[in-house]
Amino acid sequence: MAELPEADGHELVIRVQDLVVGFGDRNVIDGFDLDVRKGEILGVVGPSGAGKSVTLRAVIGLLPKRSGRVEVLGVDLDKATVKERLAVEQRWGVLFQQGALFSSQTVKQNIEMPLREHTSLGPKLRDEIARLKIDLVGLKPEAADRYPSELSGGMIKRAALARALALDPDIVFLDEPTAGLDPIGAADFDKLIMTLRDSLGLTVYMVTHDLDSLTTACDRICALKGGKALAVGPMSEMVKNDDPWMKQYFRGERARAAGIGATAA
Amino acid sequence: MQAEAKSGSFKTERVDDGVVLKPLGDWTASAGEPLARQVDRADLRDAQGKTLVIDLSDLGRLDTVGAVLIRRLVEQAEAAGAKARLQGASAQHERLLDALDGRGQEPAPTGPKESAIFATLADFGAGVVSLKDDVVLGVSFLGAVTMASLRLLRAPWRFRFTSTVANLQRVGLAATPIVALISFLVGAIVAQQSIFQLKNFGATLFVVDLLGILVLRELGVLLTAIMVAGRSGSAFTAEIGSMKMREEIDALKTMGLDPIEILAMPRLVALVIAMPLLSFLASMSALLGGGLVAWLYGDITPITFLQRLKDALTFQTFMVGIVKAPFMAVVIGLIACTEGAKVQGSAESLGARTTSSVVKSIFVVIVLDGVFAMLFASMGI
Repeated sequence: MAELPEADGHELVIRVQDLVVGFGDRNVIDGFDLDVRKGEILGVVGPSGAGKSVTLRAVIGLLPKRSGRVEVLGVDLDKATVKERLAVEQRWGVLFQQGALFSSQTVKQNIEMPLREHTSLGPKLRDEIARLKIDLVGLKPEAADRYPSELSGGMIKRAALARALALDPDIVFLDEPTAGLDPIGAADFDKLIMTLRDSLGLTVYMVTHDLDSLTTACDRICALKGGKALAVGPMSEMVKNDDPWMKQYFRGERARAAGIGATAA
Repeated sequence: MQAEAKSGSFKTERVDDGVVLKPLGDWTASAGEPLARQVDRADLRDAQGKTLVIDLSDLGRLDTVGAVLIRRLVEQAEAAGAKARLQGASAQHERLLDALDGRGQEPAPTGPKESAIFATLADFGAGVVSLKDDVVLGVSFLGAVTMASLRLLRAPWRFRFTSTVANLQRVGLAATPIVALISFLVGAIVAQQSIFQLKNFGATLFVVDLLGILVLRELGVLLTAIMVAGRSGSAFTAEIGSMKMREEIDALKTMGLDPIEILAMPRLVALVIAMPLLSFLASMSALLGGGLVAWLYGDITPITFLQRLKDALTFQTFMVGIVKAPFMAVVIGLIACTEGAKVQGSAESLGARTTSSVVKSIFVVIVLDGVFAMLFASMGI
């Protein structure tokens, strides 16, 4: 295992430097820098179309980048051998926006999939682990044998999180985890993420629009605008930023409703 | 974190009031099944009636798999009549064990297993019932399409002309190369085989009659129908099916729009127009292929071939073939649309429905051809 780089006394699990990602003749992400510290929950926000999901996909290697450096768990993903890359991939879990559960498999089979492919565990132990993860993310045991098309939106998110957690990853990437959930479900999900972070020692990279999630769950926030990281820091710093979009976002009506305005005053 | 990953194991030690079990190394998923087997074989008889102390102080890394195995040890000890206790866990390990404590224990209740014979019979029965459902669905769809056509007759401006033309281009024009090529080849093969056999009787010239009647009455339209079912029927099922999966059809309905009018009608109309045209093209290229072979292989000059063809065929022969084309088009379109509407949420069901759309279309097209043959025979044509 590679040593984690350090900065300001924090171990960094993800380092993104000068990332450029583009489509056609347009660079969506242009010179994006970000450090993610071990054990933190980092929220990435930004206007629609600012490239939040694009950044996430570039970091996990689903989108080719034009230039820049992405280092995950101390491994530079461009220079990594196939084996090193595979080792890193087994130590991160990704929750896609729509869940991306395999529709022809039950929830339990979905969770067992990475266990079956990447470990030597026998069927009994796999079954036990899968049931445990199902319980861990707050799904009922009956959900195990259901197919994704029979689940509600919130259940799909939870099942997808259980699959992302199957191999006990060090990092989880969440793409809009609370989008489409009712406020209570969303709050539960935030709480779940925090509990899992504390108990399993996860580092969480979360793309979100949910101001409640940002206030309650996130340790630090990265505001993405114009293809760059506009500001990175805790909520208390975000509300002081003078960029017009940031002002509107963190000091607007919805932010006040979420109780952010109170901390700013 | 430990310096080097060491595969997990444990050692047991007898003490006065029971057994001390010390997990060693990393208890993680990579230790995997060997460790699980070791745990299952753990000899805890000495702890009977006393206590089992699991001393975690020398444990390396721990993940969910390891935690589950430790839980298993505790359960085994309790089953053997011992009290189990954990000690020496680091703060990190303790947090993980606490988080997993008492979770995911009860397996969901499973129904009694069916016997294989019973399951096969049940599948067969379900198949028969679904056959009836298919017929009902097909007929009601045909009814809905008829109703939509009548509505369009009253309000013709509502007909989706652009969409129909686009579909016509996909179904008709884009299919011409493959339909022409395959018919050409089949015509050539039929001619070659016929000449080969007819030579024995010195009746080589009759290949023209055989080819002409066979191609115009049956082959042209049947080949086209099979190719259209495979090419366009499958595409229709997949399109409508994936629209159903993504709730696009529901969206149409809630806007007060009729999915049949918007999705099915343009496709059906395009098929009904394209099928006769493609059948004609198929017949012509089959005759071309056959004629070429007759010339090169059977020494029948093109002039003789055409002369003979003119004597052998009537306009009726041509009509008997081409009149079947629109009916086959409707059948292919109906099956493609109903199968598409039957798609459920999963990617697998989209594949299954597309397959069954093609299989059913080809089957029904051939059955329909047989029905037409009987009909024409009884009419003396």
